[in-house]
Amino acid sequence: MSGGQGGQGSQPLLLANNVSVEIGGSCLLDNVSLDLLPGTVTCLLGPNGAGKSTLLRVLAGALTPSKGEVQFRQRPLGRPEELARERAVLSQSTTLGFAFSVVEVVALGRSPHVRQSSATLDRQIIEAAMAAADIAHLADRRYPTLSGGEQQRVQLARVLAQLMDGSGDVSGKLLMLDEPTASLDLAHQQQVLAIARDFSRAGGTVLAVLHDLNLAASVADHVCLLKGGRLITSGRPEEVLTADMIEDVFAIRTAILDHPGQAIPLVVTLPSANEKPSGQSEARFVLN
Amino acid sequence: MAGAVEATIDRASHPTRRAIVWPKAMGPSVLLALGIALVFCFILSIGWGAIAIPPLTVAAILLDAIGIPTGAEITLRDQSVVLAIRLPRALLGLAVGGGLAIAGAAMQGLFRNPLADPGLIGVSTGAALGAVATIVLGGALVGGLDPALRPFFLPLAAFIGGLIVTLIVQRIATRDGVIDIATMLLAGIAVNALAGALLGIFTFISDDQQLRELTFWMMGSLAAITWTSLLPAIGLILLPALLLPRMARALNAMLLGESEAHYLGFDVDRTKRMIIILTALITGAGVAVSGVIGFVGLVTPHLVRLAIGPDHRYLLPASAMLGGCLLLLADMAARTIVLPAELPIGIVTACFGGPFFLWLLARRRGLSL
Repeated sequence: MSGGQGGQGSQPLLLANNVSVEIGGSCLLDNVSLDLLPGTVTCLLGPNGAGKSTLLRVLAGALTPSKGEVQFRQRPLGRPEELARERAVLSQSTTLGFAFSVVEVVALGRSPHVRQSSATLDRQIIEAAMAAADIAHLADRRYPTLSGGEQQRVQLARVLAQLMDGSGDVSGKLLMLDEPTASLDLAHQQQVLAIARDFSRAGGTVLAVLHDLNLAASVADHVCLLKGGRLITSGRPEEVLTADMIEDVFAIRTAILDHPGQAIPLVVTLPSANEKPSGQSEARFVLN
Repeated sequence: MAGAVEATIDRASHPTRRAIVWPKAMGPSVLLALGIALVFCFILSIGWGAIAIPPLTVAAILLDAIGIPTGAEITLRDQSVVLAIRLPRALLGLAVGGGLAIAGAAMQGLFRNPLADPGLIGVSTGAALGAVATIVLGGALVGGLDPALRPFFLPLAAFIGGLIVTLIVQRIATRDGVIDIATMLLAGIAVNALAGALLGIFTFISDDQQLRELTFWMMGSLAAITWTSLLPAIGLILLPALLLPRMARALNAMLLGESEAHYLGFDVDRTKRMIIILTALITGAGVAVSGVIGFVGLVTPHLVRLAIGPDHRYLLPASAMLGGCLLLLADMAARTIVLPAELPIGIVTACFGGPFFLWLLARRRGLSL
C-alpha cells in the first residue's frame, strides 16, 4: 500500500516490506508492509495484542524482523547511533527511579548529538523542547517526585530534544509515539497530538500507536488497522474508520457521526447486539 | 496550545514561553572539594600510627621522593616509615576504596537498582573462594612453587576465582548473545550461595592455623601489602577504573531502560558486557590484595548522589574519590581502635557503613537515589 496522500508524491521516509516477526513459534507480525511519507502523521490502531507495539519496535530498529526488511531513507536501518540522530521513540511508560532533575532527563535526548552539537545549542533546544511539552515550570524538580502525566511529558520533551537541531526544520526526522496519551489528562492529550501535528507540518514524520479512535481521526493523515499481527487496511481516517471495519477489527458495534467541529469521523460505541437486558447482566457478579 | 508547540519546531522565542530555572550543577564543585579532601586524607593517613609523623613532614617526604626538594628536615626513620610502610598502604587504600566505590556506582547504574553492589555478580565470593582454597589447600598447591612467587599466589588465585565466578554468572544470564540483567541478578544470588557453601566446606576442613588465617582474610585488611604485590594490583584496578567513566553517558541512558538507551543510540549489549568486565576486574583485584571489604561499594555512590544526583559523568569519578577517602579514614580507625593490635578493616567499614546506610534509608524513604 502506498499512501499517496499528505506527502507530495515524495519518497517514503520509512518503508516496511513484508515484515514478519515470529518469537517462540508464535507469529506476532504477519507480512506487514507500510510506508511513512514525509510530513504526515500515521496512526497504528488495533485491539490489544494486534502487534502495534511490536510493529513500532521493528520500525524503530529495536527488533529485527524474522522476515522482510525495513528501510529508512531508502537504506536499511543503520547503526543505533546514526539512527538515533534522525529517529526518536517515546515509549508507553518509562520507569526511572533515580533522582535525575527534569532538565537532566530532557538533556539525555541530546546524547546522540554529543559530537555534533554545542553546549549553547543543546541548552536552547532543551529549553524549547521543555516549553513545547509544557514542563518548563518543572525544570528543577526531581523526576521521581512528578505525577505519571508529568513524567510522560518530560519524556516527550526528551524525544523532541533528540530530533531538534535548532533550525526549526525537522524534515527527514521520524518521531515515534507508543500510546503517548495513555497517562495524560484531556488537555495534555490534545497538546501531545498538537505537537505531533506541528511536527509533521514542519516537515517531520510521525508514527503513533493510539487506542482512542477519535484522537486518531483528529490527528492522523493516515490510519493503519492491525489485528492478529496482520495489517487489515490502511488509508485516510474517513476511509478506514467505518462501522463495518471497526466491528471487524475491534468486535464492537459503533456508529460513525459527523464531527461537529471538524471534517473528520466521530466514532461512538453502541451496545453490542447480543448484550442481555440490564437486569440480567448484573448476574455476572453473583456467585453461583 | 498549538502555538506553544510551534516553539518546538521554530526555536524563535515565543511570548508564552516561560523562563526555565536551570538547576545548579553541583558536579564540578563537588569533584574539586573531593579532590582536596582526598589529598588531605592521603597525607593524614600516612602520618597516622604508632610513629606519628606531622602532615607537613609527610608532604615534604613525598615531594622529596618524587624529586622536588623542599629543604625540610627529614629524619631517616620518618622517611623509611613513610616510603616503605605507610605509602604503599595508603595507595592501596586509595585504589581499593576508590575502585570498590566506582565499581559499585557502575553496578547500581547497570542494575538500575541503588541496592546493587560490586559483589552482586559473584566476583567477591569467587575471589574469596580462590583465596580460601589457597589457604586451606595451600601446602599442596604452593609446594613446588618458587618461593619468590609465593606471595603472589594467593592474590592471583583470588583474582582468577573472582573472574571465573563472574563469567559463570554472566554465561547463565546470556541468551542469544544478550545478557539479561534481571536473570543476572538472580543467577548472581544463586551462584553466590553456592560459592558460599564451598567456602563453608573449606572452612570446615581447615586446621586451626588455616581457620585463623582465612577468617582474618575474609574480614579484610590493608596491612599485608608490599610494593611488589601493590603495583600489579594498582594497575588492575586503575586501568578499568579509568575506562569506566567512558561509559557514563550510556549508563545515564540505561537508567531510563534498555530500550530507551538503544533508541538514544547506545550499544546496550556492549555497554553491559563492558561494565561487567570492568567492575569484575576492579573488584577482583581489590579483593585479591585486601580481602573482603564491605559497604564501601554500596554506600559511597549513595552519598555522592545525595550531593550531585545520579549523573554518571560526575557520579563515577566522585564516587572513586570519596571511596578512596572513606577507606583511608576506615583504615586509620582500624589501626587505632585496638592499639597495639589492628582491627580488620572490613569490621570498621561494616560498623560505620551499616548504621549509616540505615540512616540514609530512613531519611530518603520513598525517593530511591
